[in-house]
Amino acid sequence: MNATVSIKGVRDGLAIALGECPLDVLMDDLAHQLATRERFFQGGRAAVDAGERELGPADLEKISDLLASHGIVLWAVLSEHAGTQDAARRLELGTRLPGSGVELAGSDRRLEPPPSAPSEQREAENGSDCMLVRGALRSGRLVQHPGHVVIIGDVNPGAEIVAGGDVLVWGRIRGLVHAGAYGDQNALVCALDLAPTQLRIAELITVSPAGSGDVEPVPEQASIKDGRIVAESWSPGYRGRR
Amino acid sequence: MAVGATSLNNGARVITITSGKAGVGKTTATANLGVALAQLGNKVVVIDADVGLRNLDLVMGLENRIVYDLVDVIEGRCKLRQAMIRDKRLEGLHLLPAAQTRDKTAVSPSDMVLICDDLRREQDFVLIDSPAGIERGFRNAIAPADRVIIITNPEVSSVRDSDRIVGLVEADEKGAPSLIVNRLKPEMIARGDMLDIGDILDVLMIELIGIVPEDEQVLVAANHGQPAALEDRSVAGQAFRNIARRIVGEEIPFMPLAQERGLRGLFKRLWG
Repeated sequence: MNATVSIKGVRDGLAIALGECPLDVLMDDLAHQLATRERFFQGGRAAVDAGERELGPADLEKISDLLASHGIVLWAVLSEHAGTQDAARRLELGTRLPGSGVELAGSDRRLEPPPSAPSEQREAENGSDCMLVRGALRSGRLVQHPGHVVIIGDVNPGAEIVAGGDVLVWGRIRGLVHAGAYGDQNALVCALDLAPTQLRIAELITVSPAGSGDVEPVPEQASIKDGRIVAESWSPGYRGRR
Repeated sequence: MAVGATSLNNGARVITITSGKAGVGKTTATANLGVALAQLGNKVVVIDADVGLRNLDLVMGLENRIVYDLVDVIEGRCKLRQAMIRDKRLEGLHLLPAAQTRDKTAVSPSDMVLICDDLRREQDFVLIDSPAGIERGFRNAIAPADRVIIITNPEVSSVRDSDRIVGLVEADEKGAPSLIVNRLKPEMIARGDMLDIGDILDVLMIELIGIVPEDEQVLVAANHGQPAALEDRSVAGQAFRNIARRIVGEEIPFMPLAQERGLRGLFKRLWG
């Protein structure tokens, strides 16, 4: 565990793990991180992992207030310390993550940023945000990446791409593609020939229209518009969505 | 994966025939290519790698001559030469049969590499009949391969499985495999009821080295333990003989595919 505060995006929001420094140092560090990355965190909810640290109701209220001042709702405190758990319950905060009760600290959940996380946050967290694959993806091949994925070659039926960001294929898409797999509604899928078995962007799913394989292929770009996945053909001068 | 699988360029070439999907004609193709290569004067060993479901001996009509098998060699109960069955029709053709009472785990990829390296010194070709699937048996079969030939049928499920196999073979750094399209029915393609060669190559994007038309004679011949390549008049047998010539490096043209004539007319035009 780090000495100071680490903030990660997880499926249910932010996970804030407290290090081993004195509490006032941690509070300063947390305040600093929230101030510098505020726009990434705004409007989210957070779970604090206190480890074995003892935090009283007053401490938790201080943390909660600090988060609230940055537009973040504290909803859970995870701890192995009975006193801290007790304090959390008195403030009507959760003490477990839904489903598993897994401990947040140390578990690498980078593949599961929060549903509302803007793409800049993923970039900041992942360092390299784009994965390039040269050559065809054949049946049975799975390409999974938290950032963007670029394929130079075809994506054959039976192959799958799961990307946190955009998917760009210099070739044909015949397999399954999921862009914005962690909830990014702005994710795009571009291909020279877009005829996937199934296309997913964020939580939406669509299939290629029947009989579309017979027409001469044109480059297309798919995105979410008015709550539906739509594909638009690209032509010189097309300005795209971004 | 075993080392040294493709390190020997002198001596026999090891060719594995595989497909992913069951029942597309791997065993028949192995038997026929073995016969056709031997007919061209090569020394050939065909190995049945389908331990537990052996068939190659049946198709080649050599079942009743099996004394030892692949697993006996691996487990040291006999010498490699003792397990090899000499074909009764063709000089220079041998079969190394699979064990019927064991399973795939009795063989490891490195066992196959060792056996093939032994055979390379005195043979021209070693053909390995791979079991269906992508598990241990398939891994055993491709481990020693210098070249992989994929058999596909003109149907979507077979092509899909072949695509998976191409990916696995490439990932194993065996180089791009070659393709045989088996059981093609020109009249069904003409009606638009079957994938044509273009559709198949569009997905698989590998070198085509043969097209074998559907031919009842193949089944009849296999049931009699007499590979069709031995029959001068069999069209499928002719197709396999052509593939063998391509394997040894000859330029043999393909038949025009869109002809709406009878099969025999088609083939006469090409090979006559």
